Amino acid sequence: MANDKQIAVLGAGMHPWGKWGRNFVEYGLAAASDALAEAGIPWTDVQYVAGADTIRNGYPGFVAGATFAQALGWTGARVSSAYAACASGAQAISNARAQILAGLCDVALVIGADTTPKGFFTPVGGDRKDDPDWLRFHLMGATNPTYFALYARRRMELFGATEADFAAVKVKNARHGVGNPYARYRKEVTAEEVLASPMVADPLRLLEICATSDGGAALVLCSMEYAKKHAASRDLVTIDAVSTVTPRFPQAIIEMPNFSTDSSIASASVGATFKESVAMAAYEEAGIGPEDLSLAEVYDLSSALELDWYEDIGLCKQGEAERMLRDGDTAIGGRIPVNASGGLSSFGEAIPAQAIAQVCELVWQLRGQAEGRQVEGARVGITANQGLFGHGSSIIVSK
Amino acid sequence: MTSKTRVPAIEGWFTMDEQAPALLGSSCTSCGNFAFPKETFFCRNPDCQGKEFAEAPLSRTGTIWSYTDACYQPPKPYEAADPYVPFSLAAVELAAEQMVVMGQIVPGVGVDDLHVGDEVELVLDTLYEDDEHEYMVWKWRPTGVRNGQGA
Repeated sequence: MANDKQIAVLGAGMHPWGKWGRNFVEYGLAAASDALAEAGIPWTDVQYVAGADTIRNGYPGFVAGATFAQALGWTGARVSSAYAACASGAQAISNARAQILAGLCDVALVIGADTTPKGFFTPVGGDRKDDPDWLRFHLMGATNPTYFALYARRRMELFGATEADFAAVKVKNARHGVGNPYARYRKEVTAEEVLASPMVADPLRLLEICATSDGGAALVLCSMEYAKKHAASRDLVTIDAVSTVTPRFPQAIIEMPNFSTDSSIASASVGATFKESVAMAAYEEAGIGPEDLSLAEVYDLSSALELDWYEDIGLCKQGEAERMLRDGDTAIGGRIPVNASGGLSSFGEAIPAQAIAQVCELVWQLRGQAEGRQVEGARVGITANQGLFGHGSSIIVSK
Repeated sequence: MTSKTRVPAIEGWFTMDEQAPALLGSSCTSCGNFAFPKETFFCRNPDCQGKEFAEAPLSRTGTIWSYTDACYQPPKPYEAADPYVPFSLAAVELAAEQMVVMGQIVPGVGVDDLHVGDEVELVLDTLYEDDEHEYMVWKWRPTGVRNGQGA
């Protein structure tokens, strides 16, 4: 599926996810160091550094690209730092890819890392009555799981999803995560344990809502020409599409951190929802469809949300996700494994690192290096991700 | 018990009419698009260049699009009562405005009492209080009318 927008992945690296409270730079450097080692090139050959920002770690987090570049040792490389909520890592990949495709650089290093506080994500501090993220906590007590739960309940009412289905997603992802050395939670759970865990936002329980984690991920990306010179001897894994599209008006599904949807009164709603359009743009750019996929890494902020993604990325029609799950289609060994890494369920979310980590997993899966969780014969994978304020991403990787 | 002054927890988002309160959105004078909270600078309809908006009291009743609850105390800047009392929330479809608006459900109504499609109406309730003021916010209250959209 060669297209003129391909770039190559020379190396991937991750720091294991966990909860240590150390400086985020440490996690990012560990990941970058592994990615460079895999690529077989020195840091001094990197011409462009794309950082994914964290907003909970002071000024260094807002200028993550420069923070990492300085920590690795100033080399005069060009730099960018991107913040796009949960899609920050994908934005950093997109920035690096644009530089490479424009011929402005040959080889780029993408890094995202985070240190997160315990518990619910909270808005940035202060008394900010013009910030919808601050206001939704203040006026409604609406946390992120509030929104995940609204979607989950809607699935139950419209499609007949059950609490057992949601628990089954967690059971599957926990099983996948056992084999992943980078995952934070590496223990199988039973459906009974999931359903016995405390209710957080009905119908979602504690074990069905992703935790907040520390972690770091990095990729060494390069032009196809550079890859042919430097990586001739091994399977070349390429990034064929990076979708970072915004929603289309009117957005008829309530999204974090909003109080309301758009009104559809002045303009008829377009066919695709935001999450569908994120994936559709990636398929279009890569020139492939869902039928070409070997596996998918999707943003399971909640167990129920994973089922939404099956439909949004075109694995099945609306209302059929529960059947796919029950048939075992999305488990390793099934027709189209989803979250072979263990997903956010096994990782918890390290915001700026997460979308990069999704790509790292696909790279290792396609190279046959995903020991303990390998999807046999994987050739094409997709990521899907969504965050606050109209951010989302989808990346297609192939070999 | 209350000689405290009732004030809105946020200015300009809803009327303080305790009998029949309404959320105050905006309506674009060019294309008619509704927004809540109010749009003030530029119409969100990408095909509209509108920059002028009329204040629009939104429908006082709607139907539940989905619902949930908050079993754990939300973090600040939510001002929770001590001890914390869990509450329900809903996303409510307003037919006339063709939009969905969120809000808490009135105290005492749990998720077992709610269904997708149920009719709810807007009321005012106390969000939190200090020594002198009760800070009021909009909440949704089931009317008892069910539309049976869901299972």
